[in-house]
Amino acid sequence: MELLLVIILVLMIFGSIYSLNAKDLLSAVVSYGIVGFGLVISFLLLQAPDLAIVQVVVEVLTLIIMIAAIKNTQKEELSSKFEAKTLINYTLMIILALVFILIFEKMTGTLSGFGTDTMRMSQTYLQGHKITKSANLVTGVIFDFRAYDTLGEATVLFTAVIGVLTILRIKGKKDK
Amino acid sequence: MIVYILCFILFLIGLYGVIAKRNLIKMIIGLAIMEYSINLFLIVIGYVEGGTAPIITKNFKHSGFVDPLPQAMILTAIVIGLATTAVLLAVAIRLYKKYGTFDIDEIKSLKG
Repeated sequence: MELLLVIILVLMIFGSIYSLNAKDLLSAVVSYGIVGFGLVISFLLLQAPDLAIVQVVVEVLTLIIMIAAIKNTQKEELSSKFEAKTLINYTLMIILALVFILIFEKMTGTLSGFGTDTMRMSQTYLQGHKITKSANLVTGVIFDFRAYDTLGEATVLFTAVIGVLTILRIKGKKDK
Repeated sequence: MIVYILCFILFLIGLYGVIAKRNLIKMIIGLAIMEYSINLFLIVIGYVEGGTAPIITKNFKHSGFVDPLPQAMILTAIVIGLATTAVLLAVAIRLYKKYGTFDIDEIKSLKG
């Protein structure tokens, strides 16, 4: 179980490295799909079927939007010239990575190991089916205990749709 | 423990994409990879060895489930991540229409 998860995660890591270093933008987007669909399989292995279904839909939509964005554009990434700015960027990245490594080390010290979750927080939610009468505990949490969160999520989605339509509107002020 | 570390490596790769790459599409891909790694990390924390999905069937035991709380939270986060990526890509398409390139250095120098 843990071994399978490790294999899929290593595949995802290789996919993301190739995706970020590919010369062609189309192959970058396609190998980004490896990361998303690897995530779907990991969710299935981790006993989260609802998440796997949502992730499949989201991944397909993201890939379609990305391919639509790079269609009819310059596919090749320009060769990078080495400047002082590049050096500053890499230094910044190494500093940020060190900060994140420190935070990660502190954080995982208080966590329990893989597969030994004690579920302190969700004891009430485990009894939730008696209140909500929902056989699926996850949907019980989403649509009953935390329905306002789901309402906020729907608001964010509609705001995003309005934002995309506004940005991509063809009619508008004429370019000077 | 090794699963946590691999999730964190995936996060760092996304960070590399956001900071070191100059192409807008690559930066968006890096941001999405960071988001995926965080989602996976939180679900991995909630996993219980030998647990089943938190769906009640005819013969269920209360002790045999994985944690339903992170799953419910991440379900919201995935959809919001799609919204973020879509808006970012719309901005990228608009910038390409105006400047004819995805390279952020060229867009800066074209501003004049």
